[in-house]
Amino acid sequence: MIIEIGHFALVLALVLALAQAILPLVGAQRGIRSWMLLAKPAAIGQFAFLLVAFLALVHAFVVSDFSVVIVYLNSHSSMPLLYKISGTWGNHEGSLLLWVTILAFFGALVAVFGENLPPRLKARTLSVQAMISIAFILFTLFTSNPFARISPAPFEGEELNPLLQDPGLAFHPPMLYIGYVGFSIAFSFAVAALIEGKVDAAWARWVRPWTLLSWTSLTGGIALGAHWAYYELGWGGWWFWDPVENASFMPWLMGTALLHSAIVVEKRDALKAWTLLLAILTFGCSLLGTFLVRSGVITSVHAFAQDPERGVFILAILGVALGGALTLFAWRAPVLKPGGMFAPVSREAALMLNNLFITTLTFVVLLGTLLPLIFDVLGLQDISVGPPYYKWTFIPISLPLILLAAVGPLLGWKRGDLSGALQRLWGAGILGVAGIVVAAWIDFGSEVMAALGIGVGLWLLAGTFVEWAERVRLFRTEFTESWRRMRHLPRAAYGMTLAHAGLAIAIIGMTASAAWKEEVVRQMRPGETIEIGGFTYRLEEVRGVRGPNYIAEQADFTVLKDGEFYTRLYPERRQYMVQPMPTTEAAIESHFFGDLYAVIGESDGAGAWTVRIYEEPLVPWIWTGAIVMVLGGFVSMSDRRYRVGAPSRQPAAQPAKA
Amino acid sequence: MKRKTLRLYLLVISLALLGTATGLVLSAINSDLISYFVSPTQVTKEPVEPGRTVRLGGLVEVDSVGKLDDGATHRFRVTDLSNSVEVLYRGVLPDLFREGQGVVVEGSFNDNGRFVAAEVLAKHDENYLPAEVVKALKESGRWQEGAAATAINGSEGVDP
Repeated sequence: MIIEIGHFALVLALVLALAQAILPLVGAQRGIRSWMLLAKPAAIGQFAFLLVAFLALVHAFVVSDFSVVIVYLNSHSSMPLLYKISGTWGNHEGSLLLWVTILAFFGALVAVFGENLPPRLKARTLSVQAMISIAFILFTLFTSNPFARISPAPFEGEELNPLLQDPGLAFHPPMLYIGYVGFSIAFSFAVAALIEGKVDAAWARWVRPWTLLSWTSLTGGIALGAHWAYYELGWGGWWFWDPVENASFMPWLMGTALLHSAIVVEKRDALKAWTLLLAILTFGCSLLGTFLVRSGVITSVHAFAQDPERGVFILAILGVALGGALTLFAWRAPVLKPGGMFAPVSREAALMLNNLFITTLTFVVLLGTLLPLIFDVLGLQDISVGPPYYKWTFIPISLPLILLAAVGPLLGWKRGDLSGALQRLWGAGILGVAGIVVAAWIDFGSEVMAALGIGVGLWLLAGTFVEWAERVRLFRTEFTESWRRMRHLPRAAYGMTLAHAGLAIAIIGMTASAAWKEEVVRQMRPGETIEIGGFTYRLEEVRGVRGPNYIAEQADFTVLKDGEFYTRLYPERRQYMVQPMPTTEAAIESHFFGDLYAVIGESDGAGAWTVRIYEEPLVPWIWTGAIVMVLGGFVSMSDRRYRVGAPSRQPAAQPAKA
Repeated sequence: MKRKTLRLYLLVISLALLGTATGLVLSAINSDLISYFVSPTQVTKEPVEPGRTVRLGGLVEVDSVGKLDDGATHRFRVTDLSNSVEVLYRGVLPDLFREGQGVVVEGSFNDNGRFVAAEVLAKHDENYLPAEVVKALKESGRWQEGAAATAINGSEGVDP
């Protein structure tokens, strides 16, 4: 019964979305106020119904209602509660329902918190948002109905794929979707602004918190996914440049560009058309990602079971949304008033350059992702594009961008002083060069790119600190004055400092991990030792252990450093009972300079086990960097400029050159 | 500064960036930076030069999985049911590796004509056959709709 209520609620949400898409739009065009005002209750109602539908599905998973097809295929009564719940989105149908629910959630948020929006803009934005909803609810109902039943109901389920029985599934997809889907708000705002023919600083202030929220979630979601792939064997490590990974990375890149260009619209009333275009393309990338993940046109390590028919449907949505929005853009963008001017050396120019670099990087990733498809269509050889391609194309273009990220914030608006900025960065420059020299010396220059990566990472980290120190006049004036400035610096400024510093930390971690990872693979008997990365691993024993729905062989390692006890590691090899499939659970222990990483493989039947041990240098820096970036996003979001109804005010402390 | 001059600057920079990117991508395509996908039948007909990175896809041949004397190097054959290639892999095989199951290995041929895998790729879903494997089976004429699933399920429980 609850399942039917869920199904019915999904249909009702569709009906409300139809009303929300048509009436407010017509109302805004004809000036019918009551029709425009309909958008708010419709958006809230649509979200409420979708929430009911989603919770009905979660309920079916929790109570193990195997008469529902996807519960039968993806759950089992013996699974822990966490995996029963996360199993809801551990499959195509359920995850799509989550996708739509989050889409409506964002619409409802705009409806509730958008009280200070001009009524026309709000009506149009919510109307566009509802159009996206309609497309995806129809997609869910017609190709991927999560509420389909089987009769007679099976007694037991087939269990969730053991690889997905992991806390990673509980948090990674929802965060990723909040990021992906959140960009729909920027898209809807952009389309609404094109219909209005007006973009100003206020528009940028309304769009920015939503973009920030999406960007922050997407950053967190990607990092969680990378972490999951890192400890799961056979998924290619924390980043494999797999199409599905790229599918989330492209919207992240474009969203990053959008965040930066929106600053220019807000502060200087320039780059307006460009920002609208970015908002459209960012969500376009989200849709493209959805298409790549769910259609199966491209082979990926992370693919779920796929269906070409669904691919065609998503491609149609992508075509209509992007084609429609871009046509509107071509028609309406010339109406926009040209914005403020700036010199080739200025903050605006630096942000513009940032945008050009990021879009070029997105282009490179897009080409790499689609090349196998292009080759296939042209009837050429089958190819796969992996890390070597990206190392060759992506890294060289991103290096100057990172260099720029330290310089840009030190340039003034309108006209900047490049030599002055560079003079203030002399310390960062020395640190960067020292980093390159030391890194090259450690590995005898065998990895030039790695040395450069460490160098630019240090440069950005130091440069970010310099910029913050300049703002608060650290050591330039009395400390009480600096302290006063620190307290009055706008939150958005702190957000930038944190985000840039986090990026720098992550770059250093990623570079070191990619270049200097070590591994040992060996057959090992209890009592034997392996030495790697300055640690000694002694295999004490391998024993049988029992989990809720699996049995496992657990290895017991004692790790010694300089002959002293350091830690113990317990990697496992699990055998799940329902699906006859072993999974490998790595044991990881982090320290400041890296991770100890141990994996136990199969036994040879004569008392020895295959053992794989990695020395993963600086990997914890990647996660630290990501956390700092996410923190930066939240701090920036809390800036009072973006708070609803807060009067705009001048930031108390302007950078020296402003 | 005039608006036109500014536009010109931006245009030049965009074109330079785009040109660099395109150049890098094209040179990547022309070199060894992208790996070609090959099927067992293809490499039997035209051997790949030793040392070139390729991806080899097919099914893990039943009863072919074993180990070399060092105890840590796996040896198995990848087949498209017409031809098969011997693969050596030193490391822990991924969780979904099983006889009869689809597999994609990345690596290169050594001078003795054996394929040395650097990476054995596992999928998230055990019922999902990589598109390349399907293609390899189709090209060898051994593909039947639904048959692959039987090949996989039929060999369930065979633990290397």
